[in-house]
Order: sequence, then structure tokens, then C-alpha cells
Amino acid sequence: MNAKKYLKDAKSDLFTYAGVIIAFIVISILKANGGLNRSQTGLLVPICCYIVMAVSLNLTVGILGDLSLGHAGFMSVGAFSGVITAMSLMNVIPSAPLRLALAMIVGAFFAAVIGFLIGIPVLRLTGDYLAIVTLAFGEIIKELITCLLVGVDADGLHIIFNASGSKTAADLNLLEGGRVIIKGAQGATGTKTIASFTAGFILIMITLVIVQNLIRSRHGRAIMAVRDNRIAAEAVGIPVTKYKMMAFVTSAALAGAAGALFGLNYSNLAATKFDFNTSILVLVFVVLGGLGNIWGSIIATVILYILPEALRGFASYRMLIYAIVLIVVMLTTNNPTLKIWREELREKLSKKNGKEAKDA
Amino acid sequence: MKFLAYLVSGISLGSIYAIIALGYTMVYGIAKMLNFAHGDVIMVGGYVSYLAAANLGLPALPSVLIAMVVCTILGITIEALAYRPLRAAPSLAVLITAIGVSYLLQNLALLIWGANPKAYTPVVSGTLQLFDGQLSISYVSILTVACCVVIMVALTLFTGKTRMGKAMRACSEDKGAAQLMGINVNRTISLTFAIGSALAAIAGALLCSFSPALMPTTGSMPGIKAFTAAVFGGIGSIPGAFLGGILLGVIEALARAYISTQLSNSIVFAVLIIILLVRPAGLLGKHTQEKV
Amino acid sequence: MTPGSLRVLNSEDVWDAKTELQGKFKRDPLVPITRTSYIPERDADKTPILECIDLGITFGGLKAVDNFNMTIGRTEIAGLIGPNGAGKTTIFNLLTKVYQPTHGTILLDGKDIAGMSTAHVNRAGIARTFQNIRLFHNQTVLDNVLIGLHNEMDYGMGGAILRLPGYWRAEKIARARAMEYLSLFHLEDHAEEPAGSLPYGAQRRLEIARALATNPSLLLLDEPAAGMNPSETAELMENIARIRDTFHIAVLLIEHDMSLVMNICEGIVVLNFGRIIAKGSPDDIRTDPKVIEAYLGRKGGKSL
Repeated sequence: MNAKKYLKDAKSDLFTYAGVIIAFIVISILKANGGLNRSQTGLLVPICCYIVMAVSLNLTVGILGDLSLGHAGFMSVGAFSGVITAMSLMNVIPSAPLRLALAMIVGAFFAAVIGFLIGIPVLRLTGDYLAIVTLAFGEIIKELITCLLVGVDADGLHIIFNASGSKTAADLNLLEGGRVIIKGAQGATGTKTIASFTAGFILIMITLVIVQNLIRSRHGRAIMAVRDNRIAAEAVGIPVTKYKMMAFVTSAALAGAAGALFGLNYSNLAATKFDFNTSILVLVFVVLGGLGNIWGSIIATVILYILPEALRGFASYRMLIYAIVLIVVMLTTNNPTLKIWREELREKLSKKNGKEAKDA
Repeated sequence: MKFLAYLVSGISLGSIYAIIALGYTMVYGIAKMLNFAHGDVIMVGGYVSYLAAANLGLPALPSVLIAMVVCTILGITIEALAYRPLRAAPSLAVLITAIGVSYLLQNLALLIWGANPKAYTPVVSGTLQLFDGQLSISYVSILTVACCVVIMVALTLFTGKTRMGKAMRACSEDKGAAQLMGINVNRTISLTFAIGSALAAIAGALLCSFSPALMPTTGSMPGIKAFTAAVFGGIGSIPGAFLGGILLGVIEALARAYISTQLSNSIVFAVLIIILLVRPAGLLGKHTQEKV
Repeated sequence: MTPGSLRVLNSEDVWDAKTELQGKFKRDPLVPITRTSYIPERDADKTPILECIDLGITFGGLKAVDNFNMTIGRTEIAGLIGPNGAGKTTIFNLLTKVYQPTHGTILLDGKDIAGMSTAHVNRAGIARTFQNIRLFHNQTVLDNVLIGLHNEMDYGMGGAILRLPGYWRAEKIARARAMEYLSLFHLEDHAEEPAGSLPYGAQRRLEIARALATNPSLLLLDEPAAGMNPSETAELMENIARIRDTFHIAVLLIEHDMSLVMNICEGIVVLNFGRIIAKGSPDDIRTDPKVIEAYLGRKGGKSL
């Protein structure tokens, strides 16, 4: 009996891994046989990135219980540090997958550092105050990157912080053969796209291993204890700040890795891509997928990311439909009558399952 | 003299933030929700007053009044259809719904009025010249500051002295207890949304007079900044929203002038973060500790 | 436990302790500290597990607790009683550093706990329950105790993510121990249920189990019998005594149920308006006119 929930948890974790692996195999086969058109293939890498974003944000919002509205900021840090890494190592490391892996590691590292720095002030706050401060940090990161001019040449990296807005890429004084990597407001330009669907799949699997195994450990239990009752958690000897930081930084690092993959999927990418609306987009995935529900985050991301694309036929109505779907889903999932009805249904089903299990 | 000019423009920009923040803070105080659609109600207010002036040829005041009526109805409708059913739901569900409403309003505006910016005619024109023309203050600025002060005083009196205002404060403290005391909670919340939305309409007209390009996304950034202002001053506090709005506007204007145009928002947000670290409940907010 | 086994620390002891502590006070007390305390004879030769010296806290000018002195022996079951609003829970919050004392010293096993956080105090040896039960409601009963065992497990974050052998070993041991704690309180059959779904009395028992899991040397129980019926209370009484005997720890409890307090507490402190009005054995307290007055009003009625 002791092992019952243990087994149930392990089963649901395995189900998630299996689901992702099967989806990867099916899509890879489709892709190889020409079952996907160009625009559909183009969606694969971004979907992987957003799945990692959603799962990692779920760690902050669902497991830790702190509403973050600045998750795109970490993605942004990861994207641009990843792009700089990959572009500046182009001549040193010829292997594209290796460069991509390195870029993702660097992206995760920088996002984790920024996450730690932001976490120091942010995690002292709670509730809507915390939300607004994460939003503020997200916007600050966006504007800071907009001021960045980065180039690389034989001498190494050239970085200018262009706060006045008066400098241009020419001020980098690159030697001949040098490349401009980030051009201020235009963002990363001329990036060699090395992101691949396989890399996205691997990143999702790594993210799942990290997040799911963390949740099922003493650390995960401590994080959830802090969420459920901070005062009780402190009273049983859990250092609240440490575990809040652990969840927040892990979440930021994963978002950074996702950002690096995302950044290396486009030849041109502006910092404004990672604004408040992107943070909100990911938050919507998490909430609709269910707080703390990892598989739910994955499914919600896939459906909601494809939905606007699928609605392309309706052209200008698609975002309107998206908005209506969002509102209707929230209203129906939180409707008290429907909730009771759903719970009754679930109880009936679980009773039925229980009976079958006993019979068997 | 230049400094004075920046200061004046900061105060008038801040007054717009303050008007929006007053609406935000009242709604937050009573419904305890981040109403992300508030900024988009501002945009609707801007469009309605623009259309009333441009298509019906109405003068400024009646067109703003029409905008106020439309926004009030809009605010009450949004509350009744989207937020009221979620009153017992987790706050994140309400937040996502508010985001949905925000998307809905923006995309409806996009469908109806198109993406091209409309050139808004300021509600009043002309400038006041002071010190032999060294300092010029537009009448819009003066009107904005005056509006803001009047609204702030009116709201303070309303919540402090009137029956409905007291009901509002009671609901914001404890809805259950307020209901037991015979207060109609739903009606009180509707009224709060009505007031907030009417203020948003005024803010919309003033905002567009200030920076005349009117687009479906016009309201979102000022909405976020006004919320920042409300948090800055201490959310739920009317004088706090006023103070927060003005300070935010001044900081933004001065940062833009003296530090960096590109980083002005960052500086505003950085100040917010610092303030919240020193005073976790904002400048005039009350800090409540969880009882153990 | 008869009152005869209690011993009054003599004034010499008091003086020694005071000189030892000099310089540790934020301000010198205006009056000499009255630290006369009762601890059971059997604990008298060991360092008391808890000593509060001139403890006090002020909320916005109001002295919620003032000049609070108390000593608890290593295996004592002590009681803290007093009318509603006397400041009993505030004392618990001071001891666990939920509130920071305005003045005074808390010695846990002879060591000053000034500057420690709530979590730190727990690791140093104080565990508590709450008057308004604070369980992790959405987590299972077993997980609640496992969270209590958090600091007993030693694997790191890397071990958790990579599921190294240390993870499996620690988790297995912790689960077995958690089940032991649960069976102490007859909760083992509910291990997989969400804690929030337990009946009220069982939730109180689970809270005690969770507190015990943190391996404390002093257990603070805030109204453990609240909402229990007489037979549950009787069982609780046995449990508390058993906890003390099994784990050799001290227990300090706040309780309004006088039968429980008078039956199991060895030393009792009575608080009113934030100040101690009486200290002593149950028999001393039962007959103390000040206590009767505090509970029943000026013109005293029948004794407790």
C-alpha cells in the first residue's frame, strides 16, 4: 500500500516519456515520407521550444506556486547568448549539432545566472506583487538586449552597450571577415540556423527528466510544501528561500536552453519577440494544461500553438477565435456545476477501474 | 527651463497613468484580480470618442461622454459575462480570462477599425506660453492634470462618504461579511467596474490627445504601466494610485530626457522593483502579515 | 506525577545563569529577573531543554508578551494556559521565530537561538503544531510526514535528478520511517489519502506525527485537543505521554481542556495579558487565587 502512489506517480511519469517518444517517432516518419508540408515542418522546432518553456514555467507557477509573468525574459537571455555562442564558434567547432548543444548549455547557464540575480529580490515578494515584478524584469531584459551590439572577428567578441541609441554596427570596428551577430533593435541577424527537430526532442526529454525527477524527490516535496503552506514548511525545517530559488533557477535555466534552440532556428530574431505577450502565451499553455500537470502542459502547448496556424484559413478572425476559445475554456473548466458533474464522472470511472482491477 | 518642461510633460503623462491606475486600483481592491483588459477598455474609449468626433462631427465633450457611456456598458458586460462566473475560481483562472478578454477586445478592434493608426484630434488644442515663450505647456496637459485631481478627490469623497462607497470598501475587505450586512456584492462590483471603465474612457481620450496615434494595441502598454503605478503607490489605495501615477510619469519623462529613450521603460520598472523591495506593499499601501 | 518530585531551582543557580548571560541582553532589565522555575526532579541535573529569559514582544506599542520567564526540563511535559488572548500562541511564535522577540533571550539546550530563522530553529530541535491546523492539504498523508523527514534525507539535487543509488536508499528508509510515525498515530491506513480529506481529529494527529518526524527535542503543541471528543482527548493524552517516553523529549502544550492539562502536565505556566501570573505544579495552579480570578472573574467561584 505504501508503494501504491509511488507506482502511480512512476506510471504517469513513464506515460509522459512514452507519449513524447511516440509523438517524435510518428512525426519523424511523417516528415521522412513527405507527410508534412513546409509550414508544418517549420512549426516543429518552435513547438519543442514552447513545450520546454511551458514545462519549465509549470515548475515555477504550478509546483512552486509563484505567478511569473516574465518567463520570456529567460528565453530571451538564452536565445541571444546561445546565438552569440554558436555564431562565434562557427570556425572553431565545425560540427553543427555540437555547436547547438554548446549553445543550449551556455544559454541555460546565462539564463540561470540571470534567474538567480532576479530571484534574490523577486522571491521575497508574493502573489500579484511578485507577478508584476517578474513582468517588469521581463521588460527590462527585453530593452537591455535591444541596446546590444555584438560582433565577432579574429580578435574575439566585440560588445557595445548602446544606451543612447546613437551607435551602429559600424562602431564595433570589426576586422575584415568579422560578423555582426546582434544589431541592436533588429536583434540577431544573419544567424546560421542549426536548430533541428531531433535537438528539440532531446531537449524536451532532458527537461522532463529534470522536472519530473525533481518533483518526486525531497526537493520537489519541499517546493510543494512551500507552495501549500509556507509557514508550516518553515516550521518543519525547510529553508523556504533556498527551495524557491532552486525551482526558479531550474525553471530559468530550462527556459534559457529552449531560448537558445529557438534563437538558432531563425536567421533573424528581434528581442521584441520575447516580450510580455510571449510570457503570457506560455502562461496560458500552463494554466490550460493544468497547474502542476506536466503532460497537460505538453498537450496544451501543442494544441494551442497549432490552433492559430490551423485557423489561418479564417485569416483575420483567427486571433479572435483564439481569444474566445480561451475565455470559453476558462469559464467551462471553472464552472461549479460542470466541476461537480466532472468529479462525479471521474469517481464513477475510477470505481469501475478499481472493480476491474479487483476482478482481474 | 528645459528641466521644467520635462517635469511638466512628466506630470501630465503621469496624470494619465494616475487616471488609469485609479480605475485599476478600485477594481483590484474589490475583485482582487489583475484586470489585463483594462488597457483595452482605454483603447475602446479612444476609438469611440474619435469616431464620435470624426464621423458625427460632435465637439470634444459630448464625444468623450459617449465614450464614457460605451465603456461603462462594456465594463459591466465584461464583468458580468467573463468575471462574475469565476468569482469562486482560482485567481489564475480569472487572470487568464482577463487576458482572453484583452485579446478579444484588441482583435475586435482590429477587425472593426483596422490596423492603421488613426490620427486623433486632441480634445483641446493650443498651448500656454510662459516666461516669454521659454516654457510652453499645452492645454491638454493642463486639462489632464486638472481632470486627474478632480477624479482623485471625487473618488476619495465617494468611497469615504457615500453609502455605495462604504459598501465598496466593505466588499473589498470581506465579501462574505459584506453580504451578511445586506450589501449587494454583485451590484457593488458592477458599480466598481462601471466607474473604472468610465475613467478608462476619459484616460483614453486624454492619452490619444497626448500621443495622437490610435491603434488596437494603444492601450496595452499604458495599461501595464498604470498597473505598475497602482502597485507603486500601494494597490487598493486611491491616493496611492494618484501618487504612483504621477511619480511614474515624471520618472519616465526625466529618464527619457536625461538617460536614455530606449531604456525609459526599464528605468521605470527598475524604480518599481526598488520601491517594492523597500516597501513591499507600495508607497501608501498597508502591509498585512499572515496570522499564525 | 506528584508535586513532590518538582524542585525549585535555588536562587544561587539563578544568579549564576544571570551573570553568565550578561551582555546578551539588548537592554538591562530594570528589575532583577524572577526566574524561579519548576522542573521535574529527574531533569534537574541536566541543562534544561528550554529557558526563556525576560522574553517580550511589542506590537505597535502594545506589549503582547512581557517579562516571560520559563524553564522546561529535558523530559518534562509542561503546560501553558491562560484565557483567550493572553498571548499563548504568541509565545509559540516567539519560540519558533515566526515573530522576532523585541527583547529577551531564548536558550535551547543552553544555546542562544537569537538570529535563527524558523527553519533553523526547527533543525536546532523545536517542532510545533498549529492552532489552526496547517497541513499540506493537497499532498498525501504519507507525503506530509515525508516533508517532515526532509532534513533526515541527504541526497542532493543532482542525485535526485539522476536518481543515483543514494536517492533510492534515502527514499526507501524515509518511507519506512514515515510509516512508523503514521502507525504511532493509527494513520497508516490513510497514508495515500490527501491530508485535507482526513477528519479533524486525524488531521491534528497527523500534524503531531509530522512535527515528530523532524526529530525534535522539544515539541510544542498548540491546542492539540481542540475539537476532539472526550475519548479522543483521552487517547491523545496517552499519546503525548507515550511520545515523551519513547522519544525522550520535552513537550510544551497550550490547552484549554483543563482535565488534560491537570492530568499530564508536570509544570504549568499561567499567562494573562501577556504576563505570567502563576507558575507551579497542577495542584499549586488549581488553588492559586490569581488563576481563579483570571478565569472566573474577581469574585471567585469554585476551584478549577
